Parts: sequence; structure tokens; C-alpha cells
Amino acid sequence: MSGRQDRQTTPDATPGTKPDTMTRPPGEPRGHSPGGTYLGMPAFPQAAALSTRDGRLRANLRHATHTIRAKRAQAVAELDDWDRLRRAGAAVKDRTLRHLDHYLLQLEESVTRAGGTVHWAADAAEANRIVTGLVRATGETEVVKVKSMATQEIGLNEALAGAGIRAYETDLAELIVQLGGDLPSHILVPAIHRNRGEIRDIFREHMARWGRPAPEGLGDRPADLAEAARLHLREKFLRAKVAVSGANFMVAESGTLVVVESEGNGRMCLTLPETLISVVGIEKTVPSWRDLEVFLQLLPRSSTAERMNPYTSMWTGTSGDGPRSFHLVLLDNGRTDTLADQVGRQALRCIRCSACLNVCPVYERAGGHAYGSPYPGPIGAILTPQLRGMASPLEESLPYASSLCGACFEVCPVAIDIPEVLVHLRERVVEGGPATLRGTRTVIKPARKHTAERAVIRATGWTLDHPGVLRHGQRLLSRTRRLHPRRLPGPGRAWTDTRELPTVPAEPFRDWWARARGDTA
Amino acid sequence: MRVGLFVTCVNDTLYPRTGQAVVTLLERLGVQVGFPMDQSCCGQPLFNTGYRHGTEPLVLRYARAFRDYDHVVTPSGSCAAMVRENYPRLAAKAAAESRGEALTEAASDAAAKTYELTEFLVDVLGVTDVGAYFPHTVTYHPTCHGLRSLGLGDRPRRLLEQVKGLELRELAGAEECCGFGGTFAVKNPAVSSAMGRDKAHAITATGAHRVCTVDNSCLMHIGGILSREGSPVRPVHIAEILAATEGAR
Ligand code: SF4
Repeated sequence: MSGRQDRQTTPDATPGTKPDTMTRPPGEPRGHSPGGTYLGMPAFPQAAALSTRDGRLRANLRHATHTIRAKRAQAVAELDDWDRLRRAGAAVKDRTLRHLDHYLLQLEESVTRAGGTVHWAADAAEANRIVTGLVRATGETEVVKVKSMATQEIGLNEALAGAGIRAYETDLAELIVQLGGDLPSHILVPAIHRNRGEIRDIFREHMARWGRPAPEGLGDRPADLAEAARLHLREKFLRAKVAVSGANFMVAESGTLVVVESEGNGRMCLTLPETLISVVGIEKTVPSWRDLEVFLQLLPRSSTAERMNPYTSMWTGTSGDGPRSFHLVLLDNGRTDTLADQVGRQALRCIRCSACLNVCPVYERAGGHAYGSPYPGPIGAILTPQLRGMASPLEESLPYASSLCGACFEVCPVAIDIPEVLVHLRERVVEGGPATLRGTRTVIKPARKHTAERAVIRATGWTLDHPGVLRHGQRLLSRTRRLHPRRLPGPGRAWTDTRELPTVPAEPFRDWWARARGDTA
Repeated sequence: MRVGLFVTCVNDTLYPRTGQAVVTLLERLGVQVGFPMDQSCCGQPLFNTGYRHGTEPLVLRYARAFRDYDHVVTPSGSCAAMVRENYPRLAAKAAAESRGEALTEAASDAAAKTYELTEFLVDVLGVTDVGAYFPHTVTYHPTCHGLRSLGLGDRPRRLLEQVKGLELRELAGAEECCGFGGTFAVKNPAVSSAMGRDKAHAITATGAHRVCTVDNSCLMHIGGILSREGSPVRPVHIAEILAATEGAR
């Protein structure tokens, strides 16, 4: 296990294919990230302009992503049927999504039959209300958490804190983020932006406030950091009466939930407490056990570059060992709206493996926080604007946070054509168009901010469609070429601040052709 | 076989030498090249920024301009990818808005006959030795659209390996994007430049005198950074290398 995200985040304990998210005690400071949530974060270009200048962040991310990138490539190359697996994964997801109404009802029935209780949450507020109510009903004021993206997405820890309930993250990287009052910056390795020294400092400084303090004289050796976390967490596992989790998959036919992880913290949370509450996005449904076979191969290799992850926990209602009370909160929060979009819906295939983050050159330089949501990187750039709608300049900027290089699509184990969706969402930003918001079909207006750009584009489009006019423009550019400045003013600075302009030739190609070939058509 | 040159708006305006090189090269290989004057831009910058409707007239124009040609050859991986990948998508969306007939026909016709230059040489003409002479050390950066959208694979390399006098240098992290990305370069200048600088450093580290690609738009960005950083490496389009012969300038 050791070599994986090692130096970066998870010292050695066992980072892994984690399923879904996080927690913070009331009144905890939040490092350099604004507030307790992602609300009000600046648009991507502004945030990224700051983070690209952070040398340490760049170095941490470069090392971590390049290491895992190479390992993933190796793990995938071992299977000669990878392409077929990938197509099968995409097909299973597409089929399930097409009949999601059917499978969700089947799932509800199966979970109920097995002794669980199913709750439906249309949005984050409703999901938070349900979970808070369930915890309150137990009389407990603490919960332990399995890493879960869905609970990050809805800001569950903050909501629980508001109700006087402390939520303890038990995934190592998630613990680092929580102790540091920080925000996660990666799906699988939320503390990827931290190195060992920083982690040691966070442990020393903050562990005591949350429970068992860091051992005297704690150093930054991975094994020592992992041991410190283990001791700190152990007392939480043994004390906890309530656990909150997400899930990687839900099997409709049997009502079985699946959590895939590497550290074993998930297994502890899923077995020791008396009450288990799982918050899961509705798109995590698969029809049958057989379908799991495909994903349990795709996920670990794409995610941690492992052939198989160390812990795969499965439970079906309250049958067998483990919690005696089980609640499943099915979360929509923008997913049905996303499903209504024929191009955008492929984002719902995502199994949160992080391969697209690890291979993304933009993520590597901008870092995860710039994406302003728990879903960073390429998948965040297409998921966040769809789940939230184009709610603010941040969401409007995300579809543009890509050079469209296509590396994400190439590695995605469920073949999500991320560049296609990015361009599709750009269209939504500048041209507006039909969309579904909170279940209602509507026509959204083009973003206001793009009015000037739209005028330029319209003029450009017209010129390009009138080659005679275009030719005059080219000639003018050529004739004045000695006068062109090296640095442009205004918006042109975005180019010339770091790059020279090309030298304009004496004549455009079409003039040469006309001259050389006597063709003036 | 009637072959039309789609020179692209960037080459037309800023890099006419690349267009001239394609003409020289293809004619040397016995191919008659036509250049329909009513061609313009493929629409990629508009489409990729989100202006799908604004792109539609350019799709129709492209198909009209090259109507009478059997093949269209273009010295740009990303423009070829635009025509082959995005024209059909754009037409499908128009069809869903029930006004797709002309666009569907235009898109499928254009997509079926458009080739990026190295693809045309290797797949259609079946040559890898084009009789070129270029006595320089060169490194090759595979551009993203050429690599991932068109699947050019090792075609450009195979062509370069046959060029006399040319010494090819391996580029570290070759398959990583240079950071150009069209309007990305100005909408996210910080990240674009950071990517470009890393690419420029890798290029300079090869010790080559020239860096070549199948796309001048990426080269405009890479070259702009190389010269701002004072690197001695000069950008050159692969067409200009393949067109060069002994004795010629
Ligand atoms: S989009 Fe694909 S590559 Fe990215 S996290 Fe989801 S499944 Fe993995």
C-alpha cells in the first residue's frame, strides 16, 4: 500500500478507493478557505490565478498526481479487456439511469424488506433535516463518519454542528482536512494539497481539541503519522453509537449497499455503531449483483491503481451483524435535472474514481479548491454547474476551466466524454437554452457577463462568413505589421503578459495563392 | 482524385508558409491541389466557446466550398477534429431543434472527406518517406486533438523519421497538453501560461533546435512562451519540415 499517495497526504495508512466524504466541530477555524462551505467562492480564473502562484501547492500536486497517474496506467494495462469493461460500465450506468424511476422503487422495496428505512430527499436542506432528525432521535450528540462525497455536497457536517452534533471524520485524509479547518481538494485524497510536514503540524496543533492528542514529539514519518491517527480514531470508533456513510453502489434487486475503501475505518463505522445512516445520490443505483462485477474491477484500478481494494463492505438492511437500525437517505439535489439533459446526463455515470483529476493538467496547476465544490477537476467542472445550475459566476466559469485536451475522457472508466459536456455547458452559459431546474422545464437566459463577448463573436462570425471582408482585414493586419506593439492593452494582456505575439506575414495565404496561381475566384 | 486544401484561418492570416508548404509537398507527391477561395474558418473558436448557433453558417460554408472535392486536407489537427467530431454533433443538435436537414448533409459530407495532413499522407497516399531533407535536431509535440480526437498515433513520427538529416529528440511528458486550448489561453491565462511554461521547459531541455507539431495554433502559444523565456528553440509546423528538400532555401 505504502507507495501510493504517500508523501502527499496519507502518510502511509492506506489511502484507498474511498466512497463518498466530512465534519467539523462548531466554531472551528477554516484555514485559508472561506467560511464553512464553498458558498461565495470566486470564479475559477481568479482562484486559479492565485493557486498557480503557490509553489508548494504546485509541487505537492505535481508529485502526487504524476505518481498515481503512472500507477493507474500500469494497473489498467494489465487487463486486456479494459476497453470492453469500460464500455460495459458505461452501458450498465446508462441503462440504469434510463430506468432510474423503476430501479429506485425496487431498491426502496428491497431495503425496506431487509429491515431498513428509506427516506427521499429532494435537496440538500431536506437531506440535512432528515439526518439531523434521525441523529436527534437516538439522543446522541456525536457521529462517526465514513468518507462520503454526498454528505460533503450537502454540507452535512455543518448542518449537524448547527444542531449541536459533532461529526468525526474517520478517513485519514478527511481527518487531516477536518483537523486543519480546511476544505477537501481531491475526491479520493482530500488532503492531497498537504505534505507530511504540514500534516504533522496539523496533528500536533489540533488533535487535542477533538479528542486524544497527538503523541509527544510526533515526527513526520508516514508510519508515525498513521499511528497517531489510529490512536486518535480508535476511541471514537469504540464510543460511537451512530455512524453516517455514503455508498459507492446500491443494488436494487437485493437492497445491498456497498462501500469500497482502503483503510478499514469504513468497516469500523459500518459495523460497530447501533445506528447507521447512509446518504446516497440516486445515481449510485445498479440493478443487480452481477453489475457490481464490472465496477469492482473498474473502480480500484482507476482510483488507487490497485487490482482490488483492501476493504469492500456490503450490507443489506439490518439482516446479519452490525447496526440494528439502518436508514437510507436517497439524495436528488439536482440529479433529476441533470438526467433531463441528453448530453449532460452522462456525468451521472461517474463512479468518483478521481482518474480524471489525476491526469488533468489544469487541476494539477490550479488545485482542487479553485473548483469551489467538493467535486474538483474535470468531473467537478461538468457536475457542479449541472447539480447547482448556473447559480453564480463560479458555476458559469467552470465549463471554461479546461483546455479541452481530452486526457480525462481517455482515462474515465465509464467513458464520460467530459470535453463534449464542457462545450455543451459553455453553450448553456453564452447562448442560454432549455434546461430543467428543480424539476421544471425552463429556458435559461444567456449569462449577462458575456454580453460584450457575444457582440465580438457575432461580428467575428459575420466576418468569417464573408471572406471578402476577412481578406481586407488580413491585408490591413499585414500592411500595418511593423506598427504592432509587443504588448497588448486591455483584454489582450491576457495573451501578451506571458507570451510573444506571432509576427504577421507580409501577405495572407490567399493573396499568395491568387498571385502564384493567378486564381482570383 | 481532386484534393482541396483547407488552409484554416490561423494559417491563412498568420502562417501562410505552412499553407505553401502543404501545396509544395502535395504537388511533389503528384497530387493536384485546389484552393477554393470561398473557404473561411471551420468555426472551432466559436463552437468551443459555446456559440453553436453562430457556428452553423461556417459549417454550411465549409461544405459548400469543398463540394466538388473528393478529399479535403488541412494542416491542423484541431480543425480536422472540429469537422469530424463536432460538425456531426452540431448537426444532430440542430436536427433536434427541427432545422437540421442542410446541416446534417453538410456535416456528414465534410466529416467523411476531411483529413489532417499526416493522416492524408500515410493513410490515403500511403507514403512515409516524402523525400524531405531537414538538417536539424527536432522534437515533436503531439497536440491533444491530433492525439486523442483524431488518433494520429505515430503517423507524424513515422514521417519525421524518414526525413534526411533530421535528428528526432524525445520530449518528456510529450502527451501533456501545452495549455493553449483556444479561448482557454485568454480566459484562464494563469493556468494556460503555467502549462505552457512547463511544456516550453521540457522542449528546451531536449536540446533540439526546432519543435514541431501538426497545429500552428498550439505552436503560436508554445513559440510565444519560448521566445518570451529566451529559449533558442524555434517552432515549425511539420508541413514545413516535410516540404523542405536539399538545395531549397
Ligand atoms: S468522471 Fe470518470 S474519471 Fe472522473 S471521477 Fe468520475 S468516473 Fe472517475
